[in-house]
Amino acid sequence: MFLTDEEKRMRDGAEGDAVAAAMDLLIRYGAALDARRLCDIRNVAGTMTQPSPVKARLVAEGGWDKAFAVINLDSDLDLTIPQMRVPTCQLQHGFGPDSVDIVPYPKANVELQDDAESFYGRHGVNILATCTPYQVGNLPLRGEHCAWMESSAVIYANSVLGARTNCEGIASTGAASLTGKIPCWGNHLEENRLGTHLISVEGFTVESFQDWGMLGYFAGGIAGEDHPVITGDISRPDLTELKHFGAAAATSGGVELYHIPGITPEAATFEAAFGSRNAVPEPVTYGPAERQAMYETLNEIGSSADVDFVLLGCPHASVDQIREAAALLDGKRLSPNTELWIMAPRALKVMADRSGYTQVIERAGGRVLADSCPAMSRAAPAGTKVFATDSAKQAHYLPAILGIEAWFGTLEECVAAAVTGRWNGGLR
Amino acid sequence: MLTLHGRTVVPGAVEGEALVSHEPISGWGGIDPARGVIIERRHELYGVCFTGKILVFPSAKGSSGWAGFFQTTRLSGTAPIGMIVGRISAKSALGAVVTRVPAVTDLDADPCAVIATGDWVLIDNSTVEVTKR
Repeated sequence: MFLTDEEKRMRDGAEGDAVAAAMDLLIRYGAALDARRLCDIRNVAGTMTQPSPVKARLVAEGGWDKAFAVINLDSDLDLTIPQMRVPTCQLQHGFGPDSVDIVPYPKANVELQDDAESFYGRHGVNILATCTPYQVGNLPLRGEHCAWMESSAVIYANSVLGARTNCEGIASTGAASLTGKIPCWGNHLEENRLGTHLISVEGFTVESFQDWGMLGYFAGGIAGEDHPVITGDISRPDLTELKHFGAAAATSGGVELYHIPGITPEAATFEAAFGSRNAVPEPVTYGPAERQAMYETLNEIGSSADVDFVLLGCPHASVDQIREAAALLDGKRLSPNTELWIMAPRALKVMADRSGYTQVIERAGGRVLADSCPAMSRAAPAGTKVFATDSAKQAHYLPAILGIEAWFGTLEECVAAAVTGRWNGGLR
Repeated sequence: MLTLHGRTVVPGAVEGEALVSHEPISGWGGIDPARGVIIERRHELYGVCFTGKILVFPSAKGSSGWAGFFQTTRLSGTAPIGMIVGRISAKSALGAVVTRVPAVTDLDADPCAVIATGDWVLIDNSTVEVTKR
């Protein structure tokens, strides 16, 4: 891999041992990818503060410097971690102190994370604490090279914003934060950003939040790690629908970039989505039968209709999603056997509090929680056996992570399940 | 014996028993790094342990926690000893790097088709030798 003089100086230690270790990781990683060179970035979204047993052990051994060296730089050296070289934010992590009496989650983790936040804050990490940094002020421009983790954020940044990032990991974002560099490979290169698969919606219209999620889950299965292009009978989506669509496509497959001609920025036209020199692939139809199949797949883990837990806000809810849930819960009371949590970025929870939505939800017995989610923190209400969600991503992951049953439905069905304690969903 | 040629992802040599997945593998939410076991409910290798095996798989899917979870298998002593990847991505490339095991990709035959679970496999940088069992 080609290195500039500046990059060679970093590798050789001119900027200190930690930067040298970061450059060493980027060189190993670039070689693994067969990348030709690195590119300059100044927007990193990674994870440093999320508690884990391995991290707790490393912190006990050598403090946060040791934990960052091993986990975020893949280095065995004793390093002193300097200030972040470029703007860096913390994505979603564990639950915070305000969740202690609500979420069954180890207090030791809350304390470890508190300690991490002060360490990393001092080192220049913005603690956004959300899987949706694009909802709370980290909004890269079209064409901007970034180093982001979190598959649902990566697909949003590439597809909806037109920014350029691969689906980075903990160590590559750690190395990027200390160098301002990332391998110039994959989604960073113009020629790799065209559509590869064509999906055409026919026989009904994709317009609801639920339908956008199911279409995303289908698109991930069809496109794998490639780039689906969505056409046909679709309504104009909003932020929340594309947030759901992308999270689902990144879950069932490894989609990091898609195009919707006329809607997403790199596909002003159908032709632009595939590039003028390439043949357009044969369309794959997404019709009522495929829709039904997606619905059944996402509901195949559910068998008991007794719902203990309703989870909303995956990826983290927008203020509008919190408001819609509050409107449905206004004047209602949750079943004594069921809990309802809405996950949100802390900054947006503040807005929901201020707008009175949180109060309406809490009056009904629900909660608006920040920073984390049951999948990240492996924590659901005690005794949960069956949960319901409006998120295709969460319906996919949580059964594996917590060993519980899942129902996937609409917001209205999820709120009804929370109020009655019974699942009564169905595809309409 | 079958010999395959490809591109080195992580240099090194190792030999051992193959564990072949025909489906992509998830890291976060797909494996339990404490036990080295695949936990994705719908996966063909659900409940199977990859510790000490040469993991052969078509690609990585799902969360960007992929590499971090495989790094944790190294730190927990539950890691595979080598990786043969059909199609490399940022997740699997970084995953192999931080698992610090010999890894290879871009082989001249589909590794998931020509290698079977239980076959004895030698990875030597960009070359893979397969002894059928």
